Amino acid sequence: MKFKIDSLNLNYGSFQALKDISMDIEANAITALIGPSGCGKSTFLKTLNRMNDFEDNVAIKGLVTLDGTDIYKDMNAIELRQKVGMVFQQPNPFPKTVYDNVAYGPRIRGVKKKATLDEVVEQSLTEVGIWDEIKDRLHKSALGLSGGQQQRLCMARTLAVKPEVILMDEPTSALDPISTMKIEDLATELKKKYTIVIVTHNMQQANRISDKTAFFLLGELIEYGTTQNLFLNPKNKKTEDYITGRFG
Amino acid sequence: MEQNKKRVRAALLSDQIMTGVFYVVAGFFLALLIAFAGYIIIKGFAGAKPYMFAFNRKGIGNQFFNTVYLVFLSLVISIPIGVMAGVYMAEYARPGKITNFLRISIETLSSLPSIVVGLFGYLVFIVMTGSKWNLFSGALAVAILSLPLIATTTEDAFRSLPDTYKKCSLGMGATHRQAITTVLLPAAAPRIITGAILAAGRGFGEAAALLYTAGMSTDINWSNWRIVSPTCALNPFRPGETLALQIWASRTEALSADSAKIANLSSAVLMVMVLAFSLLARALERKIKRKMGESK
Repeated sequence: MKFKIDSLNLNYGSFQALKDISMDIEANAITALIGPSGCGKSTFLKTLNRMNDFEDNVAIKGLVTLDGTDIYKDMNAIELRQKVGMVFQQPNPFPKTVYDNVAYGPRIRGVKKKATLDEVVEQSLTEVGIWDEIKDRLHKSALGLSGGQQQRLCMARTLAVKPEVILMDEPTSALDPISTMKIEDLATELKKKYTIVIVTHNMQQANRISDKTAFFLLGELIEYGTTQNLFLNPKNKKTEDYITGRFG
Repeated sequence: MEQNKKRVRAALLSDQIMTGVFYVVAGFFLALLIAFAGYIIIKGFAGAKPYMFAFNRKGIGNQFFNTVYLVFLSLVISIPIGVMAGVYMAEYARPGKITNFLRISIETLSSLPSIVVGLFGYLVFIVMTGSKWNLFSGALAVAILSLPLIATTTEDAFRSLPDTYKKCSLGMGATHRQAITTVLLPAAAPRIITGAILAAGRGFGEAAALLYTAGMSTDINWSNWRIVSPTCALNPFRPGETLALQIWASRTEALSADSAKIANLSSAVLMVMVLAFSLLARALERKIKRKMGESK
């Protein structure tokens, strides 16, 4: 058990975006969050590394623990975000070189030795499978890479600080099918070492790669279970309607 | 059918006429600019005599040096303060009355007549400190004029950066300060440099703000490098007449027979300087941009 979420409520001002969510997230597995736009799945993802700290008028009630520690009370956000990294929807490398992008996380944590950084950069890029492709252009701008390469670079950047959990917010929605497939393969590979939580609009994707799936609707967690069960034998009528494409 | 053809022909005709009008207007301004710059530069250098280029009392070399040195000093003062003010406005200021008041203040400062700044500088930097006219006071006065420009460009540059830079940096566990210094500031640098160039351009041509601050005399002994000495070139606390002031002085109160020619030459040199400086600075900006990969 990596995360334990108990009676989580989240309000943006007077709008309640998450209603009484309770679920456990397993270690070394891929958990997919699905649901129509505005259902709260991305908001929920952000509560796991406290990215909603930066938004105004957010009020959170309930308990979120990582390995038994309350992440809102007993952990500071900087420390938390090293353990729980995030990959965003749009590939978003910094306007720096490939090398400086990957070395960014270690550097802001005070790592200065070139040998250490070199090693982290090579290791992280190898882990996401693009080391051979781009090792000759480490010192060129990351913005010159293709969309798929950029997204994998962003994953390498996240891996460089040696996190335990990786949150992915629709990581393939801006990519072509081949790049999407590569990212999916990568996620399946990475779950051996990391815990992965992925928000996706694409139900086939959830079905293909995830071990467990959570279905959100209007801020509520409607159904949560193994991916196979949820897609083959949905218990809730709303889940069934959604996965069969009757709404959403 | 026939009517339709007529309408199309009329539309095409008016399109051609308007295109012609735009070309004529653009051509007129281009010609005006070339004629203006060409006249100043040609007339300036044509009437020049070798002694005018000298770095002594008779030539304009000292004024040339003073201009560059003064602009340099003013940028040293205004860039750090202006950039910090801009970063504050973009990243820290909460929307509200105080922020609005600050913004109005900055806007007002940017449209302040330079003679007012000059007199303010005279009262505060010269009279109140009990000092003589000096380059440093001039640099401070010019810095007051360029601060708002640098602050607003910095703020704009920060606001135009993609949201994701900051979000992503914070998501990696950076603090707000780290996000600013390690990602946002480098990404905004090219535009901030543009702002600084414009500010420097203003400094080169500034005359009114310097009348009572930097002073209208210059006396440099180029073999004297003791920085505290009033004749040392690098001493910022010596009077230092700039090219723009010298032009004004030679056309109004100079007695020498060649003063008109000297003024012409100064104008030409000033023009070439401003041009060379903006070309240089643009090249620098392009280089930084390329390094960050904006043009791949």
